[in-house]
Amino acid sequence: MSNVVLKCKDLGIVFGGLAAVNDFDIEVHEKEIAGLIGPNGAGKTTVFNLLTKVYEPTSGEIFLNGESTAKKTTVQLSKAGIARTFQNIRLFNRLTVAENVMTAMNQSMRYSLFEAVLRLPRYWKEEKEARAKALELLSIFDMQGMADVSAGSLPYGAQRRLEIVRALATEPSLLLLDEPAAGMNPAETAELMENIGRIRDRFGIAILLIEHDMSLVMGICDQITGLNFGQVIARGTPEQIQSNPVVIEAYLGKHKEG
Amino acid sequence: MSFLNYLVSGLSLGSIYAIIALGYTMVYGIAKMLNFAHGDVIMIGSYVCFFAFTRYGLNPFISVILAMLVCTMLGIVIEKLAYKPLRAAPSLAVLITAIGVSYLLQNMALLLWSSNPKVFTPIVGKPGSNSFTIGGLTVSYVTLLTIVTCVVIMIVLTTFISRTKLGKAMRAVSEDKGAAQLMGIDVNTTISVTFAIGSGLAAVAGILLCSAYPNLTPTTGSMPGIKAFTAAVFGGIGSIPGAFLGGLLLGIIENLAKAYISTQISDAIVFGVLIIVLLVKPAGLLGKPMREKV
Repeated sequence: MSNVVLKCKDLGIVFGGLAAVNDFDIEVHEKEIAGLIGPNGAGKTTVFNLLTKVYEPTSGEIFLNGESTAKKTTVQLSKAGIARTFQNIRLFNRLTVAENVMTAMNQSMRYSLFEAVLRLPRYWKEEKEARAKALELLSIFDMQGMADVSAGSLPYGAQRRLEIVRALATEPSLLLLDEPAAGMNPAETAELMENIGRIRDRFGIAILLIEHDMSLVMGICDQITGLNFGQVIARGTPEQIQSNPVVIEAYLGKHKEG
Repeated sequence: MSFLNYLVSGLSLGSIYAIIALGYTMVYGIAKMLNFAHGDVIMIGSYVCFFAFTRYGLNPFISVILAMLVCTMLGIVIEKLAYKPLRAAPSLAVLITAIGVSYLLQNMALLLWSSNPKVFTPIVGKPGSNSFTIGGLTVSYVTLLTIVTCVVIMIVLTTFISRTKLGKAMRAVSEDKGAAQLMGIDVNTTISVTFAIGSGLAAVAGILLCSAYPNLTPTTGSMPGIKAFTAAVFGGIGSIPGAFLGGLLLGIIENLAKAYISTQISDAIVFGVLIIVLLVKPAGLLGKPMREKV
């Protein structure tokens, strides 16, 4: 079995007496795509917020590449290799497409304020490399032609793709995608599916995604975890999940006899 | 005095407002707070330069650098001690704290250096000949230095914000702190750097201000501070070109009002213009209008 990138043990958070997520366990391996499904309000995005320390977990542990993340902050986690996109797109709208990607590379750029002001060679070299790398990442989605337009003016689908590129620019080992296909039409969704698979192969990373579009989830995920009311209700391969009565009930409600 | 003369001295005064306004606008853009202590940082910078240059006769260049260093440190310390603990507090709490810091600095200066005005020696020009004439227009060296400094700062700062990683980080933080953090940008460091730059520029503005108007007292910074804040709002708070435009226009309007209308009511005219501009363009001249999402 390949390396475990993400491991959660009994992860939980309580908001004012309500357990939004409770005893959440998951293991995601290198080059694996894991899906997180569940009805609205099941706690899926809360799991992402716990993984990235937007919320501090009230119980349980998270291990990234075997290391506990308990003492790490959001920024340190980004450096350690977690990157994410957002359910409601959160790009830097007034920055250009290329700049959005380049901000995510800041941590790997080494030049100092002094070198920047005096325009020393290292500044030029690193800025040039960063832009080249940004363009290359953008080419995954065939977006290099849009590099210099402001991110806020992109069409919706392109904004979602740019968020993924920006997340990839932090060089993650774990990529969290929060409803990447939301608002996309079937053709766009199919293309996105293909691209997610390609990203996994090319970068060799683990991907955990939240999605409501079952064709996408069932089509590309290696394993799926079902959540409802903050509890894990099912776990397994797409086939196992599709035929799991508990999952069907959570989504469609219980069938009433008589 | 000709119109051109008034215009040039207005431009010079406006340059000082512009440099101060930058501090307000950058801090507002990134930390979303109004740092009302900014004017008093100017005053501290002027005192440092006064003691270094006028009192102890240090080289003017070294005196300016010293004043900038002290103000940069002061800006970082103020942010760390007074504003950072309030990052999650309502904006009103931060505003009141900023006013508190402003009074603290003024009273500290009063205690240390008394309320007697100190006579500041301009950092450029020789005694007896502090101006030159071109084509019938008499310009003092201080005026020239002020305008040139403002232009240089404008160019360097704009390039810095648009072309460097820290500049990009600053713009990212100003749009969405949460998303910036998740992309590995350290928000605290970015805010610290913003305060450092703004305060360093405040020192420059203070020295230029006192070179033109040599009476230095503990309240020297407050009125220019308020006017520069006005300039920042005038140009569109949060916008760097807006701060420059607002500062320059405010200085020119103030000087022309003094020359052609009345010295006593020049301030009233300045603020009157601000009210009119805000009635027509509530976000300021170059400000981005807020769009409510529905």
